[in-house]
Amino acid sequence: MTRLSWFNVVSLTLGFAFLYIPMLILIIFSFNESKLVTVWAGFSTKWYGELMQNEAFLNAAWVTVKVAVMSSTLATVLGTMAAYVMVRGGRFMGRTLFSGMIYAPLVMPEVITGLSLLLLFIGIGLDRGVLTIVLAHTTFSMCYVSVVVSSRLVTFDRSLEEAALDLGCSPSEAFRLVTLPIIAPAVISGWLLAFTLSLDDLVIASFASGPSATTLPIKIFSAVRLGVSPEINALSTLMIAVVTVGVITASLVSKRAMVRQKQEEQAAARVT
Amino acid sequence: MRRAVLIAIPYAWLLALFLVPFGIVLKISLSDTAIAIPPYVPTLDLAEGWTGFRTFLSELDFENFVWLTEDDLYWKAYLSSFKIALIATFFTLLVGYPMAYGMARAPQEWRPTLMMLVILPFWTSFLIRVYAWMGILSNEGFLNQILLWLGVISEPLTLLNTNKAVYIGIVYTYLPFMILPIYAALDRLDGSLIEAAEDLGCSRLQAFWLVTIPLSRPGIIAGSFLVFIPVLGEFVIPSLLGGSGTLMIGKVLWEEFFSNRDWPVASAVAVVLLLILVIPIVLFQRNQQKQAEAEQ
Repeated sequence: MTRLSWFNVVSLTLGFAFLYIPMLILIIFSFNESKLVTVWAGFSTKWYGELMQNEAFLNAAWVTVKVAVMSSTLATVLGTMAAYVMVRGGRFMGRTLFSGMIYAPLVMPEVITGLSLLLLFIGIGLDRGVLTIVLAHTTFSMCYVSVVVSSRLVTFDRSLEEAALDLGCSPSEAFRLVTLPIIAPAVISGWLLAFTLSLDDLVIASFASGPSATTLPIKIFSAVRLGVSPEINALSTLMIAVVTVGVITASLVSKRAMVRQKQEEQAAARVT
Repeated sequence: MRRAVLIAIPYAWLLALFLVPFGIVLKISLSDTAIAIPPYVPTLDLAEGWTGFRTFLSELDFENFVWLTEDDLYWKAYLSSFKIALIATFFTLLVGYPMAYGMARAPQEWRPTLMMLVILPFWTSFLIRVYAWMGILSNEGFLNQILLWLGVISEPLTLLNTNKAVYIGIVYTYLPFMILPIYAALDRLDGSLIEAAEDLGCSRLQAFWLVTIPLSRPGIIAGSFLVFIPVLGEFVIPSLLGGSGTLMIGKVLWEEFFSNRDWPVASAVAVVLLLILVIPIVLFQRNQQKQAEAEQ
């Protein structure tokens, strides 16, 4: 059905305008000379300069990146393991509970996840800081990773793995040499998803963090509560730029990989 | 042996950091409030073992839950969260369906780009996307400036810190969740069915209403639940765009915990919220299962 009517064109144009104009306004006003974010007073990059001198924001940004790298890496390892167990593990005791625990955090309101983790950390006397935020983020993002990875594992041709085992691979070799390269794109997108979830998270981090560690979203939230400020616009613009470049690069890389895989498959088909 | 380790590690992690914390919430929701650090009196003392459990059972009371029904703040907050989530889901569908429909009818070579344009905002920070609307909706904000300039209004509208702003914020941030499942359903739709309907005398609009909409129903249902479920416990949008009159349970829980420091009541609020959420989650799960079976 490729017949675009005027209605389709109008709804797509209006829809994408609705999605992108707010971001555009935000970006434009980050270059505003005036402190007022609603009145244009000439082009200036001074808010970026001030941002670079804002020690508190820079520290929070550093903590956020550290937490995101650690938690997404841990979540990728744990989530891939969980996906493998779910898809290939067969029956084991408590399988239903296990799958329930993987899916539940996806629909659990963040306020509840945050509250429950905070009560745990206080209960066992763990000081809240970077470690507790990493633990909290790993727990909810490993579930997202495992959903992404298991959707790839389900569609994966199992005979490839069996062939490797028949040809003398040990199970771990078969995993490393056959399974992992095939599910790698899913593992990478799982990592990226976990990374952005961690960068983004305000609610769970607010519960899990203590006075010793503040993440960027917590800082932004407390600044924004007082009202709009051009410095936050500048910070937002930088974050949007990073994400946009990252997503576009990732999609181009995966497109190239797909094209290459297709070519290889065609070449293989020609040989046989 | 290896398999056991592989199962045990993620299993133990989730038990320790998901199920046990949840048990603690349940336990504290049954404790008494106290002015102390931590601010509650535990009624279940695990150190005492079985006798501790028995005294816990005999002293078990649901006073925090009773309190939730007595103070009308809480049930009003649950009710208003439900109402806001329902209305916002409806508006998201209203905006999202035409977009998904347009995407499904767009030329094949445009679709990856359109898809990317829908997903891109999803990767950018939720907080920033909500913040963007604060500058637009305020009294001297962008929207009011344009409307005043166009002469549509003579006095600035009060939008920020009202429920209207909350609805706009929800539709804006949750739109991709609605578009993607509907697009997936429409993309699978067999175009010849619509042609058949038109050949048999349906007008375009009738064909859309009688064929396209019913066939995309699984997508509509999935998208609506994907918006409704998280919005019910939403915190960021009501606290930044909503006003003091915007009651949502996520915000109440947050304030109960951080401002009032009433942990037992906050925990009881959480437990009830979760019980309420079980219904839509089960319905959603059943819809997904039915769809998966239909595909096979």
